[in-house]
Amino acid sequence: MMEKIICACGHENPQGTKLCEKCGRPLTEEEKDRKIVDMRYDGIAIRSKTRNKSIIDKIWNFFSSVKVGVSLIIINLVAASIGTIFPQEFYVGVATEAERAIYYEETYGSLGKLYYQLGLSDVYSSWWFQILVGLLGISIIIASLDRGIPLHKSLKNQRVKRHESFMKRQRVVAAGPVTEGDSSKTLDLVEEQMKKLKYNVRREGNAILAERGRFARYGPYINHVGLIVFLLGVMLRLLPGFYVDESIWVREGETRTIPGMDGYFIKNEKFILEMHDNEKTEAQIQQGVNAVAKNYQTNVKLYKQPEDAIPGQTDNLELVKEYSIRVNHPLQHEGYSLYQMDFRLNELKAMNFSLTNKATGEELGDVSVDLTNPQNEYVINEQTKVSLLGYYPDFSGFKDGEPQTATSTPNNPAFIFKMTTPEQPDGEVSFVAIKQTIEPNGDNAYKMKFKGVETRNMSGLTVHKDRTIPILFIGGMIFMLGVAIGSYWNHRRIWVEQLQDGSIRLAAHANKNWFNIKKDLNTITEYAHLPQFIDQVEKEEEEGQKEKEGDNTL
Amino acid sequence: MDKKKKRSITRGIILVVLLAAIVYTVYSSATKEEVEVLQVGDVAPDFELVDLYDSNLKHRLSDYEGKGIFLNFWGTWCEPCKKEMPAMSNQYAIYKEQGVEVLAVNIAQTEFEVKSFIEGLGVHFPVAIDETKDVMTTYNVTLLPATILINPEGKVEKIITGEMNETQIASYMESIKPEQE
Repeated sequence: MMEKIICACGHENPQGTKLCEKCGRPLTEEEKDRKIVDMRYDGIAIRSKTRNKSIIDKIWNFFSSVKVGVSLIIINLVAASIGTIFPQEFYVGVATEAERAIYYEETYGSLGKLYYQLGLSDVYSSWWFQILVGLLGISIIIASLDRGIPLHKSLKNQRVKRHESFMKRQRVVAAGPVTEGDSSKTLDLVEEQMKKLKYNVRREGNAILAERGRFARYGPYINHVGLIVFLLGVMLRLLPGFYVDESIWVREGETRTIPGMDGYFIKNEKFILEMHDNEKTEAQIQQGVNAVAKNYQTNVKLYKQPEDAIPGQTDNLELVKEYSIRVNHPLQHEGYSLYQMDFRLNELKAMNFSLTNKATGEELGDVSVDLTNPQNEYVINEQTKVSLLGYYPDFSGFKDGEPQTATSTPNNPAFIFKMTTPEQPDGEVSFVAIKQTIEPNGDNAYKMKFKGVETRNMSGLTVHKDRTIPILFIGGMIFMLGVAIGSYWNHRRIWVEQLQDGSIRLAAHANKNWFNIKKDLNTITEYAHLPQFIDQVEKEEEEGQKEKEGDNTL
Repeated sequence: MDKKKKRSITRGIILVVLLAAIVYTVYSSATKEEVEVLQVGDVAPDFELVDLYDSNLKHRLSDYEGKGIFLNFWGTWCEPCKKEMPAMSNQYAIYKEQGVEVLAVNIAQTEFEVKSFIEGLGVHFPVAIDETKDVMTTYNVTLLPATILINPEGKVEKIITGEMNETQIASYMESIKPEQE
């Protein structure tokens, strides 16, 4: 059986109780020796102090400890601040792991290398950081349960009449006969005035308990609930469907599937970059800045597949909306936001050539090769045409006599043309790249003379969805509410007992802001002609002060 | 039940739930990337792409149920893709009879490039262009070449990134071939 502490009044208290739950008598030797009782948690037995036997109890007690909680907070703070020494990987614009390692070493030297190797460059998604936050969460929950529940019970079941030893050991006390008038009316006067001061008054026989602002005691627990809701919100980000953070490049004229946003497609109609056309300011010249951007904008069309469509089916897309995405003006749809993040200007879109007689310079006709849709044949007239035999968007050299392309992006386009003219009805083959022409079958009579290019721009967009924002917001609000309740309100209690001889015994306690309760006490003291109260803490301090002063004079 | 036992059980349950929450968080954050990526054993997501040569012919995965699907993602700039194609063509000629289908999905290149590439290599299997990169995104393909083997039950049998030689291709096709009746 659990050990019980039996108070002189006969009440059985759980082990660890400092002040009897019923009458308030001090139960421990330590408590008995004190002049003023420990009113933290109202002297109840904190759950973790009651038993300490099984493993479960030991783990429970570990997390319920304030020391452990504070240590966890400090460890979390230190870990989180280490993550701010160098930029996190998320903000480093390189793709592969090898590039990242090089980036940290090159940018921040050997310290940066170490930082990367220790995994500090991605602290917030590291398992140990998450465990630390989780342990702090457990500590908050268990410490709250361990203290909050018994405190709630004790506040709910308060006795009106308390034992003399409890009353005398409160910080603010008063004792003595009423100073004026009929002592039989004193308690009525006290009750009346306390009610005017908005106290909850309970009276049992010759004892009164007046209480105000009890809810202030719940402030810390409310703010813990807020923290837990907040942590829960952060945790939910990991569940599918709650959090999306993707990026996508779309060229003008292209329609692309939106990653993370199933069934939706985006078409880039136009990318617009506008600059301020001001004269260079002094600061601009100093910093070597030529022009300052005014606007980054992508005009897009958002499309949706029909409900029953599957990936790849793009023939019946429905237009959802048209929008101009600008910085800070994302396209928003069903919780998703598409942000303007990046751009690339002037990617080749079409190349224009003229079929030209090398000797005479005569131009037989123009050919425009649309790089987004090259054709097999460009017919100029019945006897004159240009066939496209090969197209290499990012020409990187020959391999086994074959032109190669390094990527699918037209960074360095190359073509193999076959030019059929009335003069050369069998056709002449020519390999044409930028600043390079190869005529494999000897000297040609005609050439594809370069005339010019058309370009297009590319927009970098990010796709973002965060369903946890409302949860984080609610968590934050609850937290602030708890802080406000705990800081701006205080719990005041006044016990008054009239003894057989008509004299008064009074005790008062506030969890903070003693000034307020003394103001209230002054009012009732005057109104009900009570004996003057004293603050035992202040008195002690004053006495200590006097002794010191006395020492000095010696 | 006495009070003490009851309290121990309550505490135990609370601790277990809280610890489970941490374990779950750490686990799912560690495996987040993998969860989003298609995995072996998953049902292969259905898709539909238009054939390179016949705009009326649509390759819809669910239409091939009962057959093994050799789904290959490629691009003309990708050297290993080019190397493995003739072998794919050879093996397709053998395994086509046995119920294996090949679909070579090009990533958003132009029709001209794709046709001249395929014709230049002289390979024979169905080809389609994923113009919006929708199928590529659905199958989480990031590196080319990528090959997804889909068994006759419509489940992902194996995911291969990187070049395959002819022996490997043959054994892969063998592994997704439907059982003979």
